[in-house]
Amino acid sequence: MSQTFYRKGFLALAVATAMGAASFAQAADIKIGVAGPMTGANASFGEQYMKGAQAAADAINAAGGVNGDKIVLTAYDDACEPKQAVAVANKAASDKVAGVVGHFCSSSTIPASEVYDEAGIIAITPGSTNPTVTERGLSAMFRMCGRDDQQGVVAGDYIVDVLKGKKIAVINDKDTYGKGLADATAKQLTARGVKPVLEEGLTRGEKDFSALVTKIRSVGADVVYFGGLHPEAGPLVRQLREQGLKDVKFMSDDGVVTDELVTTAGGAQYVDGVYMTFGADPRMLPDSKAVVEQFRKSGYEPEGYTLYAYASVQALAAGFNGAKSNKGEDAAKFLKAHPVKTVMGEKAWDTKGDLKVSDYVVYQWDKDGKYHQLEKQK
Amino acid sequence: MDGIFLQQMVNGLTLGSVYGLIAIGYTMVYGIIGMINFAHGDVYMISAYLAAIGLAVLSFFGVESFPFLILGTLIFTIVVTGVYGFVIERVAYKPLRNSTRLAPLISAIGISLILQNYAQIAQGPRQQGVPTLLEGAMRFDVGSGFVQITYTKIFILIAAFVGMGVLTYIIKYTKLGRMCRATQQDRKMASILGINTDRVISYVFIIGAAMAALAGVLITMNYGTFDFFAGFVIGIKAFTAAVLGGIGSLPGAMLGGLILGVAESQFSGLINSDYKDVFSFGLLVVILIFRPQGLLGRPLVAKV
Repeated sequence: MSQTFYRKGFLALAVATAMGAASFAQAADIKIGVAGPMTGANASFGEQYMKGAQAAADAINAAGGVNGDKIVLTAYDDACEPKQAVAVANKAASDKVAGVVGHFCSSSTIPASEVYDEAGIIAITPGSTNPTVTERGLSAMFRMCGRDDQQGVVAGDYIVDVLKGKKIAVINDKDTYGKGLADATAKQLTARGVKPVLEEGLTRGEKDFSALVTKIRSVGADVVYFGGLHPEAGPLVRQLREQGLKDVKFMSDDGVVTDELVTTAGGAQYVDGVYMTFGADPRMLPDSKAVVEQFRKSGYEPEGYTLYAYASVQALAAGFNGAKSNKGEDAAKFLKAHPVKTVMGEKAWDTKGDLKVSDYVVYQWDKDGKYHQLEKQK
Repeated sequence: MDGIFLQQMVNGLTLGSVYGLIAIGYTMVYGIIGMINFAHGDVYMISAYLAAIGLAVLSFFGVESFPFLILGTLIFTIVVTGVYGFVIERVAYKPLRNSTRLAPLISAIGISLILQNYAQIAQGPRQQGVPTLLEGAMRFDVGSGFVQITYTKIFILIAAFVGMGVLTYIIKYTKLGRMCRATQQDRKMASILGINTDRVISYVFIIGAAMAALAGVLITMNYGTFDFFAGFVIGIKAFTAAVLGGIGSLPGAMLGGLILGVAESQFSGLINSDYKDVFSFGLLVVILIFRPQGLLGRPLVAKV
């Protein structure tokens, strides 16, 4: 009995293999990689990426797929490590992905995008805002978000116009993203006539910033701007408050857009009043209403970059469909020439791959550990 | 002496006392078997998770008052981390006792990776946090400025020095301490005289882990946040502190920790925090050039 079973099984396997080979020839699947920090200190952003991308892929597949092919997503974990980012980029290239949604940390996106460029893979990052990402003449590198030179201008203006900061301390985390953003903000502040009184860096991975906090106190800063991510932003704001700087305003960036900021700060009472810049909340757009409701029904709040990843997959699919080709170069050419309807509204890209319109606004955290878009922007 | 300078001293001393506690684990293990236990930073990391678990369990059973909460957490964390230290030594180092000096070093790096990945898989890669246990701060006016110290930091300083004191007493005045010292001076001779050196080495690992556990509880209380990678940076710093103070010397570990902490704080306060690590490691290089054995270490005598 078992022998017949094996024989039958073997036959079935042989048939399946033959069919598999046939389907390979027709390429019934189109592979899209989702690259970002799936593990490590910033894994919550990787989770947002994956949730958003998967939902978009499911919706597109249900509607007929890309040029008749089904989207298959693969996760690539870079842990926000540049070296690992290059390694997974090479893995994605050898897996023959057609497009990539990623990465997250600019310091990972920049080296990885060179690999994609060589392999002719189109990449679109939902979250890397460092200007260099699209400033190197790569033909198929896009962003779904704004740039730090735009974000820094918004932050700088807000500090001068609304917070009325006179003595501003600009802190960065010495990483590509954080430093680039802090520099952009400092530049805008200087242009507005308020030169920062302190510009210094802290070390990623450390938790004790009390020396830096004392220094901020010694220069008498009334606003602290931090360019960096939440694992450092949380302890920094907590230690500011613990050293008695209760009235100093704290502003950060789109690297802290996660509930984990509350965890790293040791409680909602410490993040109360923290400002941050981020793209206009895509959850509040009319185009995203149906998708957001679907997410909430499944028990997941599409916060932070979830909808950015969703829109990135939509953009890739639109590019492939529009070009009637699953080749990266063709899709890139199409996207640079045609606006695309996404869950975040209609998006159009310039020849560098940047969005033609960026939409940074200021948010504030409240005492319950939630963030809201502020009404008063200027 | 203005308020800012004093505040930086306080910052440096709290940070340094924590470095010192972890440095003890490096220095004792080096003193007794001449190997650098690179997994020690990750033992500290494990203890941070245990501290959070202990706090959660105690709060669940309705323990509200701070002294009971912290005491219970300390005992739980120190005991379980001690078990980790014991098991790691048994599994990864003892079988390699008589092999080349490099073998246990590689084994230690392996254990370090295992612990990191174990914590990452078992507890998730996300940042973990504990709520603030001890709210409030003391404030002293100094001249025109002020010095503000949170109660948590005061607790850290006291706990670190009490921990050091207890350990010094054990090593200096108890039978266990005599056995440790004898094993450190000459392992073969000590075993000829009837000391079970294998057991002494196990004790040393347990003591080192217990000190790391104390640091783990204190740091978790103070910063409130940690992840599976938390042991790396602080492990390197503590190792530096141990070398600075003279590896193998117990008071040296504490002294090295305090010097490192204060140097970092004062340098970032007075000059630039971008370069604080450059400065503290530069300091290490200079000290090692003039005193290769570290500040309180004994000069190495070639055994013939």
